[in-house]
Amino acid sequence: MATETATLAPTREEIVTWVTDSTNEVFQTMLGMEASVTEHYVEEPGAGLTMGVIGIIGLVGEWTGTAVVSCSSDLACKIGSTLFMSEYASVTDEVLDAVAEMTNMIIGNLKNHLENRLGQMGLSIPAVVFGRNFATRRSGKESWYVMNFSVNGEKFEVQLCLAPNQNAALSGNGIPRIMTLA
Amino acid sequence: MAMDVLIVDDSAAIRKILQRVLRQTEMPIGNIHEAGDGVEALDMLSKNKVGLVLSDINMPNMDGLEFLSKLKADAEHKDVPVIMITTEGNQNKVMEAVNLGAAGYVRKPFTTEQIKEKLTGIV
Repeated sequence: MATETATLAPTREEIVTWVTDSTNEVFQTMLGMEASVTEHYVEEPGAGLTMGVIGIIGLVGEWTGTAVVSCSSDLACKIGSTLFMSEYASVTDEVLDAVAEMTNMIIGNLKNHLENRLGQMGLSIPAVVFGRNFATRRSGKESWYVMNFSVNGEKFEVQLCLAPNQNAALSGNGIPRIMTLA
Repeated sequence: MAMDVLIVDDSAAIRKILQRVLRQTEMPIGNIHEAGDGVEALDMLSKNKVGLVLSDINMPNMDGLEFLSKLKADAEHKDVPVIMITTEGNQNKVMEAVNLGAAGYVRKPFTTEQIKEKLTGIV
């Protein structure tokens, strides 16, 4: 089982490629914007983001994980304005809805890549946090992949943590009982 | 004669975007109704006559496939075209939607033109 898990585990290069493709496709198709990778690295768990607009979504299946998408309030307003063709000068409920849907679509597309390797997965309903001077913490012991993009000169970040799910509840045919909401 | 449309998606953002896309088409669109899941959608259909449904697949309470199945089993609504719009990449689910009677399928993310093309081909 441990050998199978190690064989299945995507490489860092694959993760970067899949996240990049998913992020680019959503930005180009939905917003007509380019998202170019500026840097990517691996971080250990611990202190996380402290400000901005943050979209959070969970993945579950034979593998489980969390994805976090974040950007500045200015970029969030640009995303909302473009997506809804309305002008947003400040972060409103509509802007937060836009970031939640961007999170849903980016990670939903990433899920399609991951499923080819890791088996069927489900997504949770996305949650969005907005503010400044708050504290977040990445618990557990798994490393996080961090990918930074430049969108209209502003930073857009995608973080991903993945691990084999030791507690996947299997149905009769061996497939985890999961529900997808993407 | 203007046609009412029902949009079924648990994302308020997607419902808003699809409303805008529908208004941009040259189709005679009347009222646009919204539902957040299959249960709400069936309730909406019991109160309103619509000529087109755009539905997500993965939703809480009742997903798009169960909703589609129930709609197609209802003599009053079985001829209403349903277009599935979803991030779902699982081809089994897409095929299931087609087998259940979906008139078409559009994958998220989508462009306005993709939606318009699909509508033109179906309605």
